[in-house]
Amino acid sequence: MSKPVIQTAGISKRYRRGLPGSSGLLRDSLARTLRSPLSVFRRANQETFWALKDVSLEVREGEVLGLIGRNGSGKTTLLKILSRITQPTAGWAEIHGRVGSLLEVGTGFHPELTGRENAYLSGAILGMKRQEIARKFDAIVSFAELEKFIDTPVKHYSSGMYVRLAFAVAAHLEPEILLVDEVLAVGDINFQKKCLGRMGDIARGGRTVILVSHNLGAISRLCERVIWLDYGELKMDAAVAAVISAYQLQGFTHRAQWTRPASDTPNGEVRITSVSLKSPDGQYSSLFRGDQPVTAEIKYQIRRALSGCQIGTRILNSEGVVVLSTSDADHLGVSATPKEPGRYQAAFQIPGGMLAPGSYSVVVAAHLPQRHVYDVVEPEVAFEVTEEGSLASLDGRLGLVAPLLHWETLEDTETR
Amino acid sequence: MATVTSNPPVAAPLGSSPAGPFTVRIEPPRGWFALHLRELWDYRELLYFFVWRDVKVRYKQTVIGILWVVLQPLLTMLVATLFFGRLAKLPSQGLPYSVFCFAGLVPWTYFSSSLLNVTNVVVENQRVITKVYFPRLILPVSAALSGLVDFSIGFLVLFIYTLAFGIHPTFAILFVPVLLLLAILTVLGVGLWLSALNALYRDVRYLIPFIIQFWTLASPVYYSSQLVPQRYRWLYGLNPMAGVIDGFRWALTGRGPAPSSVLIASVVMVLFAVVGGLAFFNRMEGSIADRV
Repeated sequence: MSKPVIQTAGISKRYRRGLPGSSGLLRDSLARTLRSPLSVFRRANQETFWALKDVSLEVREGEVLGLIGRNGSGKTTLLKILSRITQPTAGWAEIHGRVGSLLEVGTGFHPELTGRENAYLSGAILGMKRQEIARKFDAIVSFAELEKFIDTPVKHYSSGMYVRLAFAVAAHLEPEILLVDEVLAVGDINFQKKCLGRMGDIARGGRTVILVSHNLGAISRLCERVIWLDYGELKMDAAVAAVISAYQLQGFTHRAQWTRPASDTPNGEVRITSVSLKSPDGQYSSLFRGDQPVTAEIKYQIRRALSGCQIGTRILNSEGVVVLSTSDADHLGVSATPKEPGRYQAAFQIPGGMLAPGSYSVVVAAHLPQRHVYDVVEPEVAFEVTEEGSLASLDGRLGLVAPLLHWETLEDTETR
Repeated sequence: MATVTSNPPVAAPLGSSPAGPFTVRIEPPRGWFALHLRELWDYRELLYFFVWRDVKVRYKQTVIGILWVVLQPLLTMLVATLFFGRLAKLPSQGLPYSVFCFAGLVPWTYFSSSLLNVTNVVVENQRVITKVYFPRLILPVSAALSGLVDFSIGFLVLFIYTLAFGIHPTFAILFVPVLLLLAILTVLGVGLWLSALNALYRDVRYLIPFIIQFWTLASPVYYSSQLVPQRYRWLYGLNPMAGVIDGFRWALTGRGPAPSSVLIASVVMVLFAVVGGLAFFNRMEGSIADRV
């Protein structure tokens, strides 16, 4: 076993939304300080969120680690902390070796400078020494295929030329530990292949690499081990095949639970506060077998007595077709019921075997049908019905829904 | 604040810490003052590249390039000589007014333009700041240093101009580098505060023209500090540029008394400003990447 070169313990990062002076004006900050001088020391009522929560991991020398997760799951924040661009709020990390980070292509490029000047400047900003750049300069230029234009200011470059030069400089960075964020998707197809090839060379060259990408193909080609971050937390840390299949199964757009953010406070008569999906065992889930019932739970608040209102739900398939609609008055045979002020929790169940395999989203609305809409939660909650346990996948049948209907078959005794 | 040690930590927190040659420990920021001079030294080549970039871009962008650097203080000097020297007949410590004024304008131009550059440097480099790590202090330092190229050209012209008036340098000219250092430190002492504030608050840049205008009037650029009553001289010297400009004029021409009380007050003031500026900049450094 080779030695660990990156160790982190409980790395967390909190961002503030409502910073003092969040207007970004010194004038406002000073005015606030003058009005209430002690507010400088008060930090309680600022809204915060955790971009990264308690992430502990270890990366060994020579390992190529992939980092996947939805947008906003904390991948880039983790890379920024490891490359020291931003500081963690809690926890620590220890890194043994020189770190190079490629968080964008063309870091530090200046349009007025020539290709040659920019290669030196960008190389230095990325952490190369002057002699090192000088030594690799010819290789950089030929990798970028820009021999003829290297002394032209880059403001005259086409975007393709610009990206080629930028990547060529980055590709010749040879730190002991390389942190790469989504830079593979640049240039035309041929150049992308060349970039991927270069990444493969770097990976095989015994360097330690952490690679963030949405390109699961690239991840599975280059990495042995993958970490999956979800909502800032480390969700899975295992061999590449296992993580990628789990990740794909979950479907990164599917979310089992939605709670109205504290900052979002509509003043209507009705406020839907949360929508969630649960499997029969009562766990939040966004992945259901074909024969499993889907339970939806809706919490809402009535702030003023209403003579007629329904809490209605639409289930949409991936093409946006409404597969079914249902409401909290269905079982009464009416379309709306009077509502008294208070907090409520409502639930309904879509029977197992009803929905065809596929992805679905859930829209919830509090409304008086065709008259007035009090509150709507657009598809924040989504789920997937798998082919497992569904007959539809066995015989490839068609249809928006896949209920197993009861058939009665008797011997025909009349027409003999 | 992350710390860099050239040796592996003595007691590694996780059992098998390898004896790497270069270990970084990343932790939440703590304390007000953590200056990593060693790390700055490690990044000296990047400092050089930032200065090089500034200078190169500046001369590429202006059509007349170097000529502008010469013309700007020269034209200001001519106009000032006409109005303040000829018409207002301001005293000029026994020097021809144009020499007196030019000798004040060269260090003053360095100061005002560098202060502007240092204030803007963090905001102008926000893309790089959010994508790559390097000690952020390099940016204001590079902005303060890149103004020295303009200064050197201006100084050369001034030196020739002074010689043309038959004023020959004395041993006092050896003090020019010392006074220049004091000017650089003044730029940093004030600029570190302003550049961090400018990154945090969008309205700081509107303050700069006012600060510079105010400061010009409070400095002995066009008039002699001898006009300030003796008992208030030390107070006047709390403006560090008063000491720098007075000293610079004396060092170049060797005329008049060597500045003492003004200069001492200036040096003390600069040291306070630099220490405070470093602490403030360091404190804000961590959140700059999160805010810009």
